[in-house]
Amino acid sequence: MPRATVLLTATRKGLWFLHAAAGRRGWRVEGPHFLGHELHHAVLDPRDGRTLLVAAKTGHLGPTVFRSLDFGKSWKEAAQPPAFRKASEGETGLAVHHVFWLSPAHASEPGVWYAGTSPEGLFRSEDGGASWEPVTGFNDHPQYSIGVAGVGGTPDGPVLHSILVDPRDAKHLYISISGAVGGTFESRDRGASWKPINAGVRVDFLPDPYPEVGQDPHCVRFHPLDPDVLYQQNHVGIYRLYRPAERWERIGDNMPREVGDIGFPMTLHPRDVNTAWVFPMDGSDVWPRVSPGGKPAVYETRDAGKSWTRRDVGLPREQAWLTVRRQAMTADACDPLGLYFGTTAGELWASTDEAARWDCIARHLPQIHAVEAAEFGA
Amino acid sequence: MKVSVPSPLYSYTGQLRDVEASGTSVMELLGDLERQFPGIRFRMIDEQDRLRPHMRIFVNRVETRRLDVALAGSEEIHILQALSGG
Repeated sequence: MPRATVLLTATRKGLWFLHAAAGRRGWRVEGPHFLGHELHHAVLDPRDGRTLLVAAKTGHLGPTVFRSLDFGKSWKEAAQPPAFRKASEGETGLAVHHVFWLSPAHASEPGVWYAGTSPEGLFRSEDGGASWEPVTGFNDHPQYSIGVAGVGGTPDGPVLHSILVDPRDAKHLYISISGAVGGTFESRDRGASWKPINAGVRVDFLPDPYPEVGQDPHCVRFHPLDPDVLYQQNHVGIYRLYRPAERWERIGDNMPREVGDIGFPMTLHPRDVNTAWVFPMDGSDVWPRVSPGGKPAVYETRDAGKSWTRRDVGLPREQAWLTVRRQAMTADACDPLGLYFGTTAGELWASTDEAARWDCIARHLPQIHAVEAAEFGA
Repeated sequence: MKVSVPSPLYSYTGQLRDVEASGTSVMELLGDLERQFPGIRFRMIDEQDRLRPHMRIFVNRVETRRLDVALAGSEEIHILQALSGG
């Protein structure tokens, strides 16, 4: 049945919704919500189709989470936003700088959410985002937690992101970290214990190129039809992992050498485990983090990374230095699939034919942090 | 005590700049503000009870970054935010 699509566009200065009727022939921009607030993620709960959570920070005010049950007509702030536990005497206390990532938990756990923060912390809500508690199994981990590792990470601060909940098992989680002890970590007991899962993932900023931890995954996804298939766009390459194997394969080696396999986001085709898209960026010398050569393109694989095809029809041909952040590329669930990415220059691009052609559907928005697609009934 | 709050916090105070609050210390005063305006404290004070960077509290026009400063009840409190950035 045809469904309307809405793009939840979280920016450095507020939240916008882009609405399209079935067919996605035109887009209506609605907003801003939270003008002036820095929003890192906005996510609609797929389990009820109505609970919308946004991760917000306002200038110098503390971080928080807002919730809406009527798609932005009204908002209610979390009574207890994500916060680290109070430090004991003599301990260095941690404070959440901003909430970076929001993930609904398992379908069997309605109202349960996870949040990843900067600096890197994992938090859980069991009441639809109204109150949040630290996941102590990670936040107090004797080896991997920030309290042990100290602060490191991205220019915008270390982040915990890509919180993945196995649709087959509510207790099976993956998280990824760009931080002092970076990498991807797995829990099979709902976050009580963790193990790193980074074998085969290269680092080029540590003496040991293949350490157990210390990697910098930028975006990690698993496939909804087969959650044993994981893809990641890393600081150092594009990788794929097929569990129960534990060694990632660098599928980015098959990208054109002049483009390379550095980037931030990665998006999967929800109906095809072998299809994925990335948005390469220039990771040479001082890391410009823009489209290589000023010629932006999405790259597509339809064979699990064995080969890649440039998809740039409709995108600027030259002098376009786009940057797309790790949460800022997504897909809807329509057929044909719609793909979307937002840039740090405030442009939102869409393809409604699986990357064959791109159109700019919004300009002049603030710096786009995250784009998520949601769909509504006929 | 009269407490002036900065505009980024007006959404908590019903758009009021000046509100009344009580307490025998700045910490207690902040607790009273939280009771009246739920959520306002965490926007100013982090989970380690530290004043967030760029948040400034003045007691009778003298700045304090300590929350255990005693209050007699007649002070004038200004909570300000030093705006910066773009």
